This record gives sequence, structure tokens and C-alpha cells, in this order.
Amino acid sequence: MKSRKGQAFGLILLLINCLPLVAAAQEKWAGVDETVVGKYAKEHGREKRDSFINTDQGDLLLFVFLLAGVLGGFTAGYSWCLLINKKPVPKDQTGGAIVDPLQASGKKSPDGNS
Amino acid sequence: MKPFLLLTFLISLLCASPAHAMHISEGILPFNWALFWYLVSVPFLALGIRRLQSAAREDISFKPLVGLITAVVFVISCMPIPVPTAGTCSHPCGTAISAILLGPCISVVVAAVALLIQALFLSHGGLTTLGANIMSMGIMGSFAGYVVFRLLRGLRLSLGIAGFFAGIIADWITYASTSAELAAGIRGTTPFFELLWQILLSFIPTQLPLGILEGALTSGMIMLLYKKRPDLLVSMRVIKAEEIQA
Repeated sequence: MKSRKGQAFGLILLLINCLPLVAAAQEKWAGVDETVVGKYAKEHGREKRDSFINTDQGDLLLFVFLLAGVLGGFTAGYSWCLLINKKPVPKDQTGGAIVDPLQASGKKSPDGNS
Repeated sequence: MKPFLLLTFLISLLCASPAHAMHISEGILPFNWALFWYLVSVPFLALGIRRLQSAAREDISFKPLVGLITAVVFVISCMPIPVPTAGTCSHPCGTAISAILLGPCISVVVAAVALLIQALFLSHGGLTTLGANIMSMGIMGSFAGYVVFRLLRGLRLSLGIAGFFAGIIADWITYASTSAELAAGIRGTTPFFELLWQILLSFIPTQLPLGILEGALTSGMIMLLYKKRPDLLVSMRVIKAEEIQA
């Protein structure tokens, strides 16, 4: 069963990889900011300007995107762990309601609230 | 099996190419329209910051949740996804999930933070067009997603289905708003609705499938939170305490 799922997953990945060939006749995966926003703006006499902090130079943008992905991913993962590792207090101790263990134990929050 | 998967993964990496996606770029909108969208966004931002402060005081789980959602919205909204049917790239917005969990006002703040970082460092959007982008992605996307979710939950549809449609509508409304902002800003002597219709039609091949993807993402994230921390959904008033399965 696992093997079938793996085969299906692999096949889907392969198909996705082949799709660029289908679309190769068109512009190569341009973003809609170019194909739609930029196109109509240009037709009406408005042009995109360089950003105030211009990172769109060579591979610098790739680096900044990578950095943003790593930092964003780390923040999301860390926050997820903080949220998930708080185990709910058993129902019989809280009269049926599931509450945050920090609040249930009367510990103070970082804000100073109990 | 493993070599086959490894091979397809390697092909994926080799096929990857840098791409840009949505948000109105720097300098596209004239000054008066850029200023107008800033002025429209400011009250929503102020309300969102106020709500965020009071919610963080009431519930200590709120800060990690806001951190999680901000990171998710930031990453999702700058991640170009190739759409094979159109041969272009665009990205989901993530504002539906943020509005459902944090409320639409706080979701505006979350989107604004993500858009500001992207405008400053990623050449994605722009500082002059930040107000317009906050309006379309932050305000319109968040409120549309939230209203659809509440409406469908009111009709007793399941959490997953309500989240799915909230994601789709939030995405499509965001791009419809972007089209309207663009049409209003650049139209010159062209009739507004004529240009709006043209821009909307150009967005459809890319955003139609991406909206469905955003719906699936939103639904999946809500269901994951429901399985892992249903009490959190109760405290965020997404579900009622009686709905938690024993």
C-alpha cells in the first residue's frame, strides 16, 4: 500500500515536472505582476520602479528569498511547537472545559497576567 | 521506489527557476491613489493593533499563535507557485486562515507586517503601493474569508468545508480588489469597468486554480489545529466547546 502511494506521489511529481514543457511555448513562468499588473500598467503609461532597497540584482534576490524562507519557517515551526506542546488539562480537573495548563496552574503569563 | 522518488525530486530542483508574483509593484500607482489607499488602510490597522494588544493580555496562547500565523502568511504570500494551466506563477495569500483564527482586524495587521517586510527586502510589492496591497490582501481578503467562514458555519457546514470556501473566496476577492485598484489608478481615459474586466479576465487562468489551492491549504490548517489543539479553536471562538470530540 505504501509503495503504491509512493508510486502515485512520484508519478504526480514527474507529471508536474513535465508540465513546463507544455507551457514552454509561452513566457517562462513569469509572475502575474509582470504578465498582468506590469502589462496593463505599461499599456497605460505607468512603469514599475526599482524598490527603495533594491535586492533584485543578480542572485542577491535568491539569497534574500532563501533567508526569508528560513527565518519564516523557523518562526512558524517554533511557534507551532510552543502551541502544540501545551497539553490540555484533563477534563475532570476543570469541570469539563479544556484550558491552557499555564492558566490552570495559576502561573503568570509573560504579560504579568495569571 | 526510493531512487525513483529521489530522481523526481532532483528533477524538481533542476527545473526550479526564480519567479515573481502578485502585489502591485513599486511606482505603478499614481501618488494620489497611493495616498488614498494608505488613508483607507490606517483605521483598520489601528483597530487591529488595539485588538491585538487586548487579546494578548487575555490569553497567553495568543502570542505564539500570532507568531505562527504571521510567519505562515509571510511565507505563503511570497512563495511563487507555478500554475501549469496558465504557464505563469502567482501565490496564495494566507489571509483566510489568519482571519478565521485571529479575527479580521488582527489579520489586517498580520498581512501589513508581511507586506512591509516583502516591500522592504524582497522587491515584492512596494512602499508606495503598500496601502493598496494592505487594502486588497489584508482588508478585503481577511474580511471576505472571515465572513464566508462564519456564514457557512452558521449554515452548519463542517469546519473543513467552511475553511475551504473561505480560502477560495479570500483569494479571489484579493485579486479582484487588486484589479479594481489597478484599474482605478492607471485607467486614464479608459472606462473603469472596461479596464477592470480586462484585468480580471487576465488574472482568471492563474488565480482560479490557485484559489482552490488556497482553499485546500486553509481547510487543511484548520483541521490540523482541530486535531492537535481543539481547545485553542474554542478560545479563539472558531468552534464551540460542545463541538470538541471526546
